[in-house]
Amino acid sequence: MAVVETGAQPTPKVEVRPRAVSRREQWQRRLPLLPALIYVVIVTQIPFVVTLWYSFQSYFWSTPGGAHFNGVSNYKTVFTNPAFRSALVRSVLMTATAVILAMILGVAIALLLDRKFLGRGVVRTLIITPFLVMPAAAALVWAGPMLDPSFGLLNYLLEPFGVPFGVHHVAWLSTHALGSVIVVMIWQWTPFMTLIVLAGLQSQPSDTLEAAKVDGAGAFATFRELTLPHLRPYIELGILLGSIYLVNVFDAVRLMTNGGPGTATTNLPFYLYQQVNNAFDVGGAAATGVVTVILTIIVATFALRMFARVFQFEEGGV
Amino acid sequence: MTATALRGDPAGRPPGTALRPGPRRFREMPGQVGWAVLAWVVGLAFFLPVLWMLLTAFKPESAAETWPPKFVFSPTLSEFRLVFSGMGPFLTHSVIATVGSTILVLVLGVPAAYALSVHPVKHWRDGLFFFISTKMLPIVAAIGPLYVIALHVHLLDSIWLLIILYTAMNLPLAIWMIRSFMLEVPKELLEAARLDGAGRIREITGVILPIVSPGLVSTALICVIFAWNELFLAINLTVTNAATMPMFLISSVPQEGLYIAHLSAAATVASVPVILVGWIAQRSLVRGLSMGAIK
Repeated sequence: MAVVETGAQPTPKVEVRPRAVSRREQWQRRLPLLPALIYVVIVTQIPFVVTLWYSFQSYFWSTPGGAHFNGVSNYKTVFTNPAFRSALVRSVLMTATAVILAMILGVAIALLLDRKFLGRGVVRTLIITPFLVMPAAAALVWAGPMLDPSFGLLNYLLEPFGVPFGVHHVAWLSTHALGSVIVVMIWQWTPFMTLIVLAGLQSQPSDTLEAAKVDGAGAFATFRELTLPHLRPYIELGILLGSIYLVNVFDAVRLMTNGGPGTATTNLPFYLYQQVNNAFDVGGAAATGVVTVILTIIVATFALRMFARVFQFEEGGV
Repeated sequence: MTATALRGDPAGRPPGTALRPGPRRFREMPGQVGWAVLAWVVGLAFFLPVLWMLLTAFKPESAAETWPPKFVFSPTLSEFRLVFSGMGPFLTHSVIATVGSTILVLVLGVPAAYALSVHPVKHWRDGLFFFISTKMLPIVAAIGPLYVIALHVHLLDSIWLLIILYTAMNLPLAIWMIRSFMLEVPKELLEAARLDGAGRIREITGVILPIVSPGLVSTALICVIFAWNELFLAINLTVTNAATMPMFLISSVPQEGLYIAHLSAAATVASVPVILVGWIAQRSLVRGLSMGAIK
């Protein structure tokens, strides 16, 4: 906005306040929100309150007599139980590895897909397919037809590379269980990252890129100085959403390795599942759940500060 | 952040560049071909497991667990026939749960998104954050109590339970996406409608809905994907009366005996609906996942 300097007195600053919203108007605005809000509160908060309630009880389905109050005993167990701690650490490891690698791959593939080439649409279709495949199906297909030591496709494809070293018929789900599960997680979520980053690339203004090219900037420098900063909110969003979904991965763990060998691939969701299904320990699982929730809130608050821009919600309003 | 002009070839050459002989396309071709080949390799690599699943689904069991793996064999539909004969109720339950929850998500989500975007409520930021926060808390944490609650309200092993839970599962993302699509509606149009004397209802149906309907399609698409594929809640809260396709898939893995071809056929049938829908509505899906989520 151009500022015109004149010799005249500057006009007194007039505060432009937004049109005051009457009480009736306020309620009219709230009304459409209420059904969804009430619905979500009932369906998500009631189970949480009940979980909280049971976390202070000793409640085993296998023992008759129902639930007995036992104070913070369940919580003490949670914090002293090494199984919980190792499941927690493993969850963080699996999620972080999968998210970071999926995003790196996502950026790389998005860059490839950003150029025009013959059959670009087909390639994009091929790449988004893993995201569409039912995770249970993906887990079972990877576990059997792909990774089986006796007849798996992967071993067949890697034969020429392994035989010189005397390595063949690798039992991926025994010797490299964690890696195998993480690979499947990455396989399924890279398309998600790719699509988000691709949208970011395609929304990049062309004039700045052209100016850089005219100035003689190389491809890598252009990427580092112009493209990457532009992509930052997209990458942050991908990491945030991807983490939310990847930390809850259950299908791959349950169907590929059943948490094993031993507990090698047990993440938090699977650990909780075992507590309920194998130990019938509702009270213990509830306490574990509450601790998980608190940890998630802490991480989310931390993430919010880091990714503040993602939550710089654009304000609406007419 | 609004999407600016799509990057493409500029209308005219930027000032200062000398005209070089030959169309730009051909001059850059060797480099182009290299990247194109790489893109194809990556695409095929990602698709390979799906391709192998499809291929194996047409094998007789005897040809499915061989070494080396067979690429040439006489295809048969016998495994598919077995799958189709067993999947009836599972398919029905999946369709009902998916369609039902998606409809409910739209019915609840559109007004909510409207209330958080066009004429925002006073604490719209808090509202939006509350919805998103429900997704941050792992559902696994509450599965025990969920089971007990479902037991007490007699909703265990009921398709209604799945519809209710899937709706709650998808609402936060749906509201976020629909809201960002609504923010794209030009304010001038809304002003014009208001000046014409349009009330809230007419504003929504006459102005907003027509413009955001592609966004609604992509939102519905994503809800369908997540609801159809959902396993954890289904496996813990249903037995027979509401068992869905993911559970049918698991049941195709027997305790003993050959099963790889049968599994591949079941996996194919279970995944194909969502894969086809995703392929056909690809553009919508891309738009929804990326643009709809950035606002």
